[in-house]
Amino acid sequence: MMRSRTSAIVMFVYLLFLLIPIYWLVNMSLKTNEEITSTFSIIPNTLTFGNYITILTDPAWYNGYINSMIYVAMNTVISITVALPAAYAFSRYTFMGDKHLFFWLLTNRMAPPAVFALPFFQLYSSIGLFDTHIAVALAHCLFNVPLAVWILEGFMRGVPKEMDETAYIDGYSFGRFFIRIFMPLVASGIGVAAFFCFMFSWVELLLSRTLTAVNAKSIAATMTRTVSASGMDWGVLAAAGVLTIVPGALVIYFVRNYIAKGFALGRV
Amino acid sequence: MEKTQNNKAWFLVLPVLVIVAFSAVIPLMTVVNYSVNDTFGDNAFFWNGLDWFVEIVTSERMHSALGRQVLFSGIILAIEVPLGIFVALNMPKKGFWASFCLVLMALPLLIPFNVVGTIWQIFGRVDIGLLGHGLAAMGVDYNYTNNALDAWITIIVMDVWHWTSLVSLLCYAGLQSIPQAYYQAAKIDQASRWSVFRFIELPKMSGVLLIAVLLRFMDSFMIYTEPFVLTGGGPGNSTTFLSIDLVKMAIGQFDLGPAAAFSIMYFLVILLVCWVFFTVMTTLDNAETK
Repeated sequence: MMRSRTSAIVMFVYLLFLLIPIYWLVNMSLKTNEEITSTFSIIPNTLTFGNYITILTDPAWYNGYINSMIYVAMNTVISITVALPAAYAFSRYTFMGDKHLFFWLLTNRMAPPAVFALPFFQLYSSIGLFDTHIAVALAHCLFNVPLAVWILEGFMRGVPKEMDETAYIDGYSFGRFFIRIFMPLVASGIGVAAFFCFMFSWVELLLSRTLTAVNAKSIAATMTRTVSASGMDWGVLAAAGVLTIVPGALVIYFVRNYIAKGFALGRV
Repeated sequence: MEKTQNNKAWFLVLPVLVIVAFSAVIPLMTVVNYSVNDTFGDNAFFWNGLDWFVEIVTSERMHSALGRQVLFSGIILAIEVPLGIFVALNMPKKGFWASFCLVLMALPLLIPFNVVGTIWQIFGRVDIGLLGHGLAAMGVDYNYTNNALDAWITIIVMDVWHWTSLVSLLCYAGLQSIPQAYYQAAKIDQASRWSVFRFIELPKMSGVLLIAVLLRFMDSFMIYTEPFVLTGGGPGNSTTFLSIDLVKMAIGQFDLGPAAAFSIMYFLVILLVCWVFFTVMTTLDNAETK
C-alpha cells in the first residue's frame, strides 16, 4: 500500500503543476484590467464576465474562432479521406518504392513550418487562394496527412488479412468491402487519427498566421495581433486563451477511452 | 504480417502523393531556387551559385543559433523523457482515476502554441504573474524579460509543462500492454522494483519510447511560437532558436537568399536525424516480428 500512496502523491504534484498556470489564466480572465494591474490576488475580488462578453460580441474576436473551426474541420476531413486508402496500401501490399515513400511522408511531418512559411505564402498568393480557409487547410495537410497515414497504418496492421480475403470470396468489390466492412473495423483508429489532425491543426500558429489576413484570420493570429496593437489588455487576452482551451477539452472528453491507445499510434 | 507484392497499390497512395507533393515539393523547390539566386526586386533573379550557403555556414549568427538549439533540445530530452517515464509509472492503472488523469494530462497538448506562450507570460510576469510575484515575494531576483538565464529556465519549464504529458501518455500505453502474469512471475522471483522496470517495463516501452523521443526531438528542434510569444527571442539573442532566427531573416528582413540557404541546411539536419530514427525503428519492428 505504501507504493500506491507515493504514486498518488506524485500524480497529485504533477497534475497540480499542470493546472496552476491554467488556473491563473482563468483567474485573470475573470478580473477587470484595473484589478489585474493594481492589486495582486489569488481569486478575483470582483468577479466580472466583461472580458468574455467583449469576445463573444465583437466580430473581430468571434470570427477568429469560427475561421479556425472551419479550416480545422476541412483539414481533418481532407487528411482522413486521402490517408485511408494510402494507409491500407501500406499495411497490405509491398510495392515499388514503398519504404522510401513512407520515409518521405514521415519527413514532411518533421519539416519545420518556418521553412515553409514564405514559399507557402507565395504559392497560395499566386493561385489566388491567399486568405481563404482552404489554403490553411491544405497547408496543414503537410504534417497532418503523413501523421494520419502513420496512425491508420498502425491500426490497420492489427486487422487480419483473412478478413479481406473472405470478403472478396463472398463477392464484395473493393470499394464496398472498404466502406462497409473495413472502415468500421478500424473506426477507433480513424477516431484517433482525426483527433490528432484536429489537435495539430488547432494548435498551429505560424502557417495559419502567414496565410491569412482578414477573411480567414485564425483565433491564434487574432490573439497575437491584439497583443501588439492594444498593449496590455490582459483580461481579454486571458479570456480568449481560456476559450481556445474549451474545444480541445471537449474533444479530449469524447475520446478519453481511446487516448492511451491513440497516443501509441496503434504501435504497442 | 505477410504482405502481397502488388504495384497497383500505387493507385491507393496517389491522392496522398498529390496532396503532399503540392504542399511540400513545390514550396521546397521555391526555396531551392531562392537559395542559388540573388535578386534586386522586381522578380529579376541572378544566378548566385553557392555563395549564400558559404555565407550561412561561416556566419557567426547561424553557429550561435544552432548551438542554442542543440543545447535546448538536449536539455528538453534530458528532462522530459525520464520525467515522462516516471509519471507514467505512477499513473493509476484503471478506473475513474485513470481517465481523470488522462484527460487532465492531455489538456496542455491541445492548447494552441501561442496560448501556451500567453499562459506562461501571464503566469511568469513579475507584476501580474503568480510565479513571478511569488518568487519576488520570496526574495528571489527573477525576471525573464531581462535576464537570459531566467528566460531559459522559464522556456524550459514551459516546454516541460507543455509536452511531458505526451511522453507519459505514450509510455502509459506501452505499460498497459504488459500482461499481469509478467509481474506475478517477477514477484515469485523476488525481483526488485528496479529489475522489474529494467527487464519488464522498459523493453515493453521501447517502441513507443522511441516515437516519444523522435517527436520530442523534432518538435523541440523546430520550436517557434512559444518562445516567440514569451520572450520574442530575447533578451538580446539569448533565446533566438533556429526557427525564430529563420523567420526573422525571411519575413522580417526579407533576405530571401540567405534564408533559403539556411532553410535547406536546417531541413537536411532534420532529414538526417529522421532517417537514423526511422532505420532504428524499422530494425526494431523487424526484430520483434521474427
